[in-house]
Amino acid sequence: MNNSALIIVTNLVKTFPMGKREFTALKDINLKFNQGEFAGIVGPSGSGKTTLLNIIGSLDIPSKGEAVVMGQSVSGLSPKKAADLRNHHLGFIFQTYNLLQVYTVYENVELPLLLRKMSAVERKKLVLQSLEWVGLMDKIKSRPAQLSGGECQRVSIARAMVKSPEIVLADEPTANLDAKNSHNILQMMEKLNRELNTTFIFATHDEKVIKYLRRKISLDDGKVVGDEIVKNK
Amino acid sequence: MIKFIIKGLLRDHHRSLFPILIVTIGVWMTVFMQAYLSGVFGDMIDTTARFSTGHVKIMSRAYAEYADQVPNDMALMGIEQIMTDMQSEYPDMTWVKRINFGGLIDIPDDEGETRSQAPVMGYGIDLLSPGSTEIHTMNVVKSLVRGRMPEKPGEILISDLLAERLEVNLGETATLLSSTMYGSMTMHNFTVVGTIKFGIMAMDRGAIIADISDIQLALDMEDAAGGILGYLPNRIYDDNTALGIVERFNQQYEDEDDEFAPVMGKLVELSNLGEYLNYAGSVSTIMVFIFVLIMSIVLWNAGLLGGLRRYGEVGIRLAIGEPKGHIYRSLIYESVFIGFVGSIIGTVLGLGCAYWLQVVGLDISAFVKNTSMMIPNVFRASVTTETYYIGFFPGLFSTVLGTALSGIGIYKRQTAQLFKELEV
Ligand SMILES: Nc1ncnc2c1ncn2[C@@H]1O[C@H](COP(=O)(O)OP(=O)(O)O)[C@@H](O)[C@H]1O
Ligand SMILES: [Mg+2]
Repeated sequence: MNNSALIIVTNLVKTFPMGKREFTALKDINLKFNQGEFAGIVGPSGSGKTTLLNIIGSLDIPSKGEAVVMGQSVSGLSPKKAADLRNHHLGFIFQTYNLLQVYTVYENVELPLLLRKMSAVERKKLVLQSLEWVGLMDKIKSRPAQLSGGECQRVSIARAMVKSPEIVLADEPTANLDAKNSHNILQMMEKLNRELNTTFIFATHDEKVIKYLRRKISLDDGKVVGDEIVKNK
Repeated sequence: MIKFIIKGLLRDHHRSLFPILIVTIGVWMTVFMQAYLSGVFGDMIDTTARFSTGHVKIMSRAYAEYADQVPNDMALMGIEQIMTDMQSEYPDMTWVKRINFGGLIDIPDDEGETRSQAPVMGYGIDLLSPGSTEIHTMNVVKSLVRGRMPEKPGEILISDLLAERLEVNLGETATLLSSTMYGSMTMHNFTVVGTIKFGIMAMDRGAIIADISDIQLALDMEDAAGGILGYLPNRIYDDNTALGIVERFNQQYEDEDDEFAPVMGKLVELSNLGEYLNYAGSVSTIMVFIFVLIMSIVLWNAGLLGGLRRYGEVGIRLAIGEPKGHIYRSLIYESVFIGFVGSIIGTVLGLGCAYWLQVVGLDISAFVKNTSMMIPNVFRASVTTETYYIGFFPGLFSTVLGTALSGIGIYKRQTAQLFKELEV
C-alpha cells in the first residue's frame, strides 16, 4: 500500500564540500518505505548508507530533492521540529551502542522519556516493558561497562524502542558483535517488528543481517542499484 | 532532567572533580588575597588614623605645608575655641588635640651630668583629663611593657627600646631639650613611669608619650597644638563623610589671607594612603579578573576535552530528540553546579586561611626596620563581608564562561558532523 508510506525519498542528492570541489555522496535517490517494513540498505563501505540513514533520521539535510518522514519534509524542519520528530517517531541503533557509561541500564533506557512530560510511574512502566522485550530485566542496575557487547546492543535496542517509535534506524548494528549475538539481536528485532509493526531500516554490509531482511536495497557509489523484495519471509 | 544531570556529575569524577578542584583553588586564592589585602590596608589606615592624622585633621596652613617636620613654631592657635565649635557641630565625632615634637632626651646622673642622651619623637596627647579617649586611641595601655600609666603631670612613658638604649630605670628623671613655639631653647624635667612598645617600628625607635598639658607648658604652647584630630562616629573611616566635613570646614576660612588660619584635611590625603587605597581596590579587582581569566581558560580547555569525551553523549542525546539548546543549557547548569560547589569549598578554605592569618599574623618587622611609615609590624588578614562572597565571582563566572565557550562547538557543528566525530 503505497499511500501509507512512512518515508518518501524523492530525487535526493547529497553533496559534501571537499576542498574547492564537491563530493557527491548520494546521487538521485528515490525510495519509499511503508509501515512495518524490515528493510536494509546494503552496500560496500563508503557507498553512502550512513549518509542516507542520517537524512532519513533528520540528523542531516538533503542538498537537493526531498526526504519526507512522517509527512514532514526533513529540509524544511527547524532544529526544534527535527528534534521533536526524532523524539516522537524515530529510534536509533548504532554500531558502537553509544550508551552513556555513567548511567545504569535502566537510566539509559529512561533517557528518551525524560524529554517528555510524563509521570515517573508511567516512565517506569515503559522502561521495564522495553527491557523485558530485550530480556534484560536482570541487568537493570548494571552499568554498560559490566555488560557484554551483545547485552549493550540489547540495551540500545530497548532505548530505541522505549518510546514505541514508528521507525527504527539501525546503522551497522552487528558490526561489533559475534555471530551468536548478531543472530540473537536480529531475532529480537524481527520479533519486535512482527509484534509492534515497527518499521526497521538497516544500513549494513553484514551477510548475517542481510539474511533476515525482507527488502534489500543495494547502494553503490551513492546510487541505488537494486531494490528487491526477499521471498519466503 | 536535573536529577539526570546531577547523577551524571556525581558519578563521573572526570567531569566533576577536576573542574571543582580548579575552581576551589582559584576561589581559595581569591578569598585569601581579598582578606589579606583588606587586612593589610585596613591596618595601615587604622594605624595612620590612630597615631597620625585622625580621620580629619585641622592644622594651620603653614603647619600643614611642612607637617613632616613637625614645625611647632607654626602651630595652630586658639584651639580650645575650635574644639568647642567642632564638638558642637559634630557631636557624634571625637575631637582631640595633639602635639608632635622633636627633641633630645637627656638622662642625668646623681650630679646632674648627662649620663646618656638620645633624639626622640614625642607625642603630647590628652592622658590625664577624665574621659579622655586618647589612651584607648593610641593603644597605650596594651602597649605598656613595664611600669604604669602616667597619673599626674610630669610623668611620661618612653619607648622600651629607647629605655634600654638610655639605660633609664622607672622612676628616674628624664630631661627634654627642645625649642618652644617661639623658637627659644627649653628644658623640662619629667619622670619616667613606664615603657611602651607599639609594634610599629617608626614609633618604637624613639617615642615618648607625655600629657599634652605638660607639653604645652614645656613648649610654651598655651591654647595651641600641632593639630586637632577628628574621628568619625564608631571610628569607621568613610571617605565621603570625611570629604563633606573637610569641604564645609575649609569654606569657612576660604577668604582668610592668614597663613596660620586653620585648614582641614582628611586621612587619605594627609597620609598618601589614598594611593594605597586605590591600589588595594584595584588589586582586588585585578586579582578577581585574572583568576576569572585563568580559570576560564583552564576550564574552557577542560570543557573542550570533556566535551570531546562527551561527544558520544551529546550525539546520542541529539539522536533521541533532545534539542541542541536544551543540551547546551544542561551543560551550563552543570557548570553552575560545579562553580557553586567549588566556590563554597574554596571560600571555606580561603576563610580558614584568612582567619588563621587574622589571629596569628605575619611578622614583617625585619623588613620594616628603617621605615618611617606607620605600618604595623605584624600583618593580619581581615575577614570582611566581602570575603564571604567575593570568591563566587571567579568561581561561578569562570565555570559558566568556560563551559559556554567550549559548548559553542555543539552549536556551530552540524548535527551530522557531531555524529561523524562520534563514530570514531
Ligand atoms: N561530513 C562529510 N564530509 C565529507 N564527506 C563525507 C561526510 N560524510 C560522509 N562523507 C563521504 O560520503 C561517502 C559516504 O559515506 P557514508 O555514508 O558514511 O558511507 P557508508 O556508511 O556507506 O560507509 C564517503 O565517501 C564519505 O567519505
Ligand atoms: Mg556507515
